Amino acid sequence: MRQNIRQGLAAAWPICLGYFPIGLSLGVLAQKGGLAPWQMAVMSILVFAGGSQFIAVAMLGAGASPVAIVSTVFMVNLRHLLMSSALSVHFPNASRRILALFAYGITDESFAVNLTRFNQGGWSQYSALTLNHAANTTWIVSTVIGVYVGQLVPPGAAGVDYALTGMFICLLIYQLRGPIFTITALIAAVGSVLAYLWLPGNAYVIISSCLAATVALILKRTMRERGEQA
Amino acid sequence: MNDRDFLLLMLAMGAVTYLPRMIPLVILSQRKLPVWFAEWLELIPPAILSALIAPTLFAHSTPRVFTLGKIELLAALPTLLCAYKTRSLAGTVIIGMVCYWGLGLVM
Repeated sequence: MRQNIRQGLAAAWPICLGYFPIGLSLGVLAQKGGLAPWQMAVMSILVFAGGSQFIAVAMLGAGASPVAIVSTVFMVNLRHLLMSSALSVHFPNASRRILALFAYGITDESFAVNLTRFNQGGWSQYSALTLNHAANTTWIVSTVIGVYVGQLVPPGAAGVDYALTGMFICLLIYQLRGPIFTITALIAAVGSVLAYLWLPGNAYVIISSCLAATVALILKRTMRERGEQA
Repeated sequence: MNDRDFLLLMLAMGAVTYLPRMIPLVILSQRKLPVWFAEWLELIPPAILSALIAPTLFAHSTPRVFTLGKIELLAALPTLLCAYKTRSLAGTVIIGMVCYWGLGLVM
């Protein structure tokens, strides 16, 4: 058991190192958006989803309705459905308690590392659990520290207002793993600007992303069928 | 927003982030998702990220008007390039902030 935990920690450190500055910047933004340290802690403990938390902080700051925030967060995290499904084959005999604990820590990063290690072999469920919770603890601590740091940073200093946009741009680039993903992103961009101009509130995110994914999926399937016939 | 509403909002956010992580693990441990649904889900992250960014770059917020002249859009060009070339999250965020800040001083 101790060996498994040590293995998990050894694999977790790059994730923790990556989370720390992102957590700090989320905390700084949250402080600018009016959140107190305890509110940041509650959010990181209950939600633990970097992208969603950035969006939630931005939407809270913009005075979005709770329904819009919750539905956007839900859509943003729907991808974990896929990751959780992919990981499930590696937990054949696990108790529900282990599964419930493990599920809490599934993120893009922990998923990528755990899946790779499971496929390599010699990776136990306890190592995976340790990795998830090491990353999780780092995240919670760094976001709360960020709120305190934020109080020292004047508003608008050194382009901090652009940190969020910068992060989303980089995360978007990570997602463009082929032409169909780029097409999806372009449709979503056009759709969301149009929906933003024509519709009130924050519905533009959900409407345009569902539309873009659906159109791109139809396109992909049509091209595949044509390809098979040719 | 008072403390009670904030806590309720966080609980709701927690539920919608936890359930998609937990349900497939507990229930679908052997079964697979329909292929079309898996493919659709795969396209969702780039769609959402793009949908989130685009209005920030191409529209003013009050009132909502289309524009091509925002500093956000200009700063996005080197930021995109940096993300594409380096694939570094920290580097991209810093480049974006520096460009946005610098352009703000000049314009």
